[in-house]
Amino acid sequence: MKAKIIIMPKKTVLDPQGKTVKHALESMGFECIKDVRVGKFMEIELEGGDKAEFQKKIDEACHKLLSNPVIEEYTFEISH
Amino acid sequence: MRFGIIQFPGSNCDQDAYHALADVLGQPTRYIWHKDTTLGDVDCVVVPGGFSYGDYLRTGAIARFSPAMKAVIEHAKSGGLVIGICNGFQILCEAHLLPGALIRNRGLKFICEYIHVRVETTDSPFTNACRKGQVLRIPIAHGEGSYFAEPWVIEQLKRDDRILLRYCAKDGEITDVSNPNGSLDDIAGICNEARNVFGLMPHPERASEKLLGSEDGRLIFESILRHAKTKRHETVDVS
Repeated sequence: MKAKIIIMPKKTVLDPQGKTVKHALESMGFECIKDVRVGKFMEIELEGGDKAEFQKKIDEACHKLLSNPVIEEYTFEISH
Repeated sequence: MRFGIIQFPGSNCDQDAYHALADVLGQPTRYIWHKDTTLGDVDCVVVPGGFSYGDYLRTGAIARFSPAMKAVIEHAKSGGLVIGICNGFQILCEAHLLPGALIRNRGLKFICEYIHVRVETTDSPFTNACRKGQVLRIPIAHGEGSYFAEPWVIEQLKRDDRILLRYCAKDGEITDVSNPNGSLDDIAGICNEARNVFGLMPHPERASEKLLGSEDGRLIFESILRHAKTKRHETVDVS
């Protein structure tokens, strides 16, 4: 099974990377861009447990190490 | 005052800190390897600057779980002094010894230059040798030094007089232009509630000798020595 995790900066945190990407897209001619925020994507391959166990473990891993709850939010899904 | 400087894979300001403390200030100083589970006989821990663990995942995120940091957390909990410089400040925030976090500079560029900070309070083991409002000229060298915390945390820091240093202009005025990285409230350094843990982005160990450009950073280390002297007199005075 695989956990696919997305970590994004909180809305209250300034994201200069996102702003820079937005400006770059606009200067390339994309006129429809309202906002850009840049985050992280992780894939974790899991073994030796069931989906419910993995949900708990990945949530703990996200909260304790993979994200910094002061500045980031995370979402994840576990699938085959 | 016995100093212990933690060395992580990727730390690169440990030797500068050693030189400032052992050679310039003449204090008993030793290195502590990141895998060591005990600190030994140390009064003040220095978590130095650099790129511990390559800044992988997030700066300071991995260093925080090292055996040495577990020992540093215990040391801090029992009232021992801890000073985290640059990457050290980032590690202390990740370890929750200090609130908030350090994020990417608002201009996105790595900035390596002399800046000025204003001493906001002398009520700490790290600034008692300074004058309130004193301006110090100290270099910074970082790409992720912008201090962030929720508004209520910043309010608490202000209320409890825990902002020790703020970025300022040469004359001590706080202006947006003299804030190199976008830190909220121009925060350059803060301490914890118990005032025994200090984190700052500028490098005092690079400003401890006139020959190298500035001696202003030395005042922070001298404050630590002064604090130790005061404590000794308090405990030894049996009159």
